[in-house]
Amino acid sequence: MRDLFAVAMMFGIYSLLTAALFMDLDAADVAFTEAAVGAGVTTILLLSSLRLTGRWERRPKHSPLLPLLVVGVTGAALVYGTLDMPHLGDPQAPVHQHVAPHYIENAPQEMGIPNIVTAVLASYRGFDTLGETLVIFTAGLSVFLLLGSRAGGRPRPGKTAIGEQPVLRLVVKVLIPFILLFALYVQLHGEYGAGGGFQAGVIFATGMVLYDLVFGEGDARLVVPARWLPRLAAFGILVYGSVGLYALLHGRPFLDYTVLAEDPMVGRHLGILLVELGIGICVFAVVLSIFYALSGRRRQP
Amino acid sequence: MSNVSDLFNYWVVVFLMMAGFYVVIAQGNLIKKLIGLSLFQASVFIFYISLGFVEGGIAPILEEGVSNYANPLPHVLILTAIVVSVATTAVGLALAVRIHEAYGSIEEDDIQTLDLEADDPDEAPSDKPEDSPR
Amino acid sequence: MNLLLEGLSAACLLAGSFLCITGGVGLLRLPDFFSRVHAAGVTETLAAPLLLTGLMLQMDWSLDLLKVLLIMLFLLATNPTASHAMAKAALHGGQGPNDEKAEEDKGSIS
Repeated sequence: MRDLFAVAMMFGIYSLLTAALFMDLDAADVAFTEAAVGAGVTTILLLSSLRLTGRWERRPKHSPLLPLLVVGVTGAALVYGTLDMPHLGDPQAPVHQHVAPHYIENAPQEMGIPNIVTAVLASYRGFDTLGETLVIFTAGLSVFLLLGSRAGGRPRPGKTAIGEQPVLRLVVKVLIPFILLFALYVQLHGEYGAGGGFQAGVIFATGMVLYDLVFGEGDARLVVPARWLPRLAAFGILVYGSVGLYALLHGRPFLDYTVLAEDPMVGRHLGILLVELGIGICVFAVVLSIFYALSGRRRQP
Repeated sequence: MSNVSDLFNYWVVVFLMMAGFYVVIAQGNLIKKLIGLSLFQASVFIFYISLGFVEGGIAPILEEGVSNYANPLPHVLILTAIVVSVATTAVGLALAVRIHEAYGSIEEDDIQTLDLEADDPDEAPSDKPEDSPR
Repeated sequence: MNLLLEGLSAACLLAGSFLCITGGVGLLRLPDFFSRVHAAGVTETLAAPLLLTGLMLQMDWSLDLLKVLLIMLFLLATNPTASHAMAKAALHGGQGPNDEKAEEDKGSIS
């Protein structure tokens, strides 16, 4: 397909189907994330950068034979490698023998929250998640450095690229409060059902992006100014890190939540909430600032 | 190894992975390459999630009277990886936008030609009026 | 009472599935963009609520019922809007309802 807009839309559909597949494979949290990120944010980012780089792709000059050969050989090698893999859904597979049973058995007693994914994410593997959040933060900073320096995006309130759209405006006006409310619900309810900071941040950012798309270029900037966003992202990381440091100052290992309250269980609960809040703020700020950076840029003549 | 058809999930993953790989190495457009890379990533996600799947299990959210859950560990890894992937894709897109501003194109061949011209300006005829400032 | 609920639910689910299939066929077979949008619009505005109603009739009174109801409301609000936006975008992009060009574009879109 030469039309990159169509490619981007197809990729969004693919992400949505992947999300459905994840749901089928019992990964509710992951499906949730994939639906919000893959189908929502990635497509918007792709489209807004296509706006800057041009829609049509040139016909490639090279013959596709060599890449096809490489791909075929690699694929055959990989398929040969899968012959010894454990079967799908086999409970005896090695991946289910190592630490996972420990998490599943002990999470209810140690954490007191039903969603094991959140427990593992924010508590058992809190270091990992801190690292991942830092990666997201760094990526946001890189985009900011690459594009933000000359972002000539003076807000043009009320002017949209898509023209006057009364129907869209009305529906979006009704929907946005629900989207933001839903994001908060996902944020704070992540311990009991599917959800958590990552999803909530993305959904919240999607709400703002929708507002910006329908109500005018840079209109969302009047609500959340662009210069706040890097600080907000850093603040999210700060919340996460200071929970860890607080534990250190009380003479316990980094990110040991039991110091946060008298009762260890309440402390862990509180720690997970705070950490998820930090993640949510950071992800929201990064996603929104990436969108601002891409959409605020004017196409160079 | 009695029933080979139980391995189909890996084959789906391999197919998607190779499709992404093909797009990355065979296409000249940088944004299309990025989409291929995302396809590749998504296939890895599917691989992990299908590893975590347990026959007859439910999603790892505790319920009364259920003891068979899907493995939560791959879910956690992939959950974070998805969000990281969108962030890294955004970095790639930002780079592509900057390349487009510098070279006026995001086709790999054009960029190479322009680079060669910039390296030895005597040989290459400067048919492109605005030589990219770098 | 139970039998009635079961019957209604089955009828809703069957009708919804049928509409889904017709919508899919329409999406693939109809000639130009606008009629395809029409096919998709019919599917999503009627079939999805029918399916969800069928599911709701099988549920007990619980929070999940409310959630499904909310999903249905959002679908009813967003889907026609999406169809509207698509059709308007096509018009904006210079594609009239009776354009011959629609046939050419089919290759690049589908």
